[in-house]
Amino acid sequence: MTGGITKIITANEAAAIAASLCRVQVIAAYPITPQTPVTEELASMVEGGELDAEYLTVESEHSAMAAVIGASQVGARAFTATSANGLLYMHEMLHWAAGSRVPIVMACVNRGVGAPWTILNDQQDSISQRDTGWIQLYCRNSQEVLDTIIQAYKIAEQCLLPVMVCYDGFILSHASTPVEAPSQQLVDRYLPPRSDASTIFDDEPCNLNPLILSEPRRDVKGELKPGYMDLRYQLHTDLVNSERVIVSCDEEFFELFGRTWGGLLWLYSMENAEHAIVSMGSLASECTVAADALRSQGYRVGVVGVRTYRPFPARDLGAVLSRVSGVTVMEKDVSYGYEGALAVDLKGALFNEGLHPKFNSHVAGLGGRDITPDEIVEVVKHDVGSGPVVSWINARL
Amino acid sequence: MSDSFANMRIAKSMPGKGEAGKTGDWRSHTPVIDHTKCAGNDSCLICWLYCPDGVISRDFPLEIDLEYCKGCGICAEECPRDAIVMTGSTDAKVRL
Repeated sequence: MTGGITKIITANEAAAIAASLCRVQVIAAYPITPQTPVTEELASMVEGGELDAEYLTVESEHSAMAAVIGASQVGARAFTATSANGLLYMHEMLHWAAGSRVPIVMACVNRGVGAPWTILNDQQDSISQRDTGWIQLYCRNSQEVLDTIIQAYKIAEQCLLPVMVCYDGFILSHASTPVEAPSQQLVDRYLPPRSDASTIFDDEPCNLNPLILSEPRRDVKGELKPGYMDLRYQLHTDLVNSERVIVSCDEEFFELFGRTWGGLLWLYSMENAEHAIVSMGSLASECTVAADALRSQGYRVGVVGVRTYRPFPARDLGAVLSRVSGVTVMEKDVSYGYEGALAVDLKGALFNEGLHPKFNSHVAGLGGRDITPDEIVEVVKHDVGSGPVVSWINARL
Repeated sequence: MSDSFANMRIAKSMPGKGEAGKTGDWRSHTPVIDHTKCAGNDSCLICWLYCPDGVISRDFPLEIDLEYCKGCGICAEECPRDAIVMTGSTDAKVRL
């Protein structure tokens, strides 16, 4: 239907193929496990002449992000990828990218953060970048990674916001599964070249992101320019409103490619559900296996997968969860000193909607610690029977 | 992207005199040139070279643009003829 080819590939290869299908013009990246194969694959495509892009080898992730910001400011479609401490090293430039309103797409291959070093998976790295003004999308499998990167450029370029496409290290990044790579012609139809022109012109020298003051002020031409807080409000409002664009880009994708990923949320077995498991990424996908087992034992349990974490789909979550009496959040991150970030955000959303289901919040799978569907089944049974519970699953202390 | 105020999404400035606003009112001390010590033909222009705000003219007699001079005193410090003194005032009206 899409004129594509199905290949047995990893999520990292899927990400590289997606970037290539999007005809990215500038790639800047620094290697870090488990992201490295993405950029190796892209480097090989550029070297072999398959992809007409400028590939910048930089000395750090901070420089990688700075380079793609510059490229994007002059109108190029730019891509990078990173993980864990590399992402943290970009932190300053992540704020800079969002504040510069550049439509960069970055693959974040989720890995636990040091110290101590781990190369294995959790989502602490991208969750720690929650408040940088980026759109964050979490994928459950390699096909979704490929499709989401293609969608991400359309979203980014419509909203003038950077998009982070997050997927779990090793669990997805290094696991080979069948993935359909659509034809170039179809991707070209979905994603035309960037229509917004460069923000810099030869005949009009300017200073981007100069020091500005708190109040609006007239520039040398007498034009009234916003103050700092006005630009922050604009960024925030556009991020909130990007919900609509994320949904419409997924719908348009479905029309052309025949696949939909739910836009903001995806639901599994939520019909008549009394209890919902809420999660993100491959862990949410695993929760569907647990939900099937629970259903077969008479528990009316479904799964709500949060695909879009920022903007946070608070109203949609409220609508979906208004019909359940209990919630179990399973997540691979923690806001030290409190609970998991998803649980905290979700509680806020439910409070705003006037909902108060029995709320259970669990941290699981940090630094690659295994969490099996059978274990999730037991956790949910306990939550249903004797919650509310806040706990860490499989911590050995 | 529209240029209207409500649609401005990035901070962008054009080069031009006074782009950052008139900065003369930041001054607590004001440079005053003694033109008898600073003679045109053999003058050094060291003050012009050192001024971080570029507010000293290249033409003689030298003039300092007090709308933008922040009163840092570098010109007075560097002048080899001691032709510039800093007054303890925000304007140049107080003569020594």
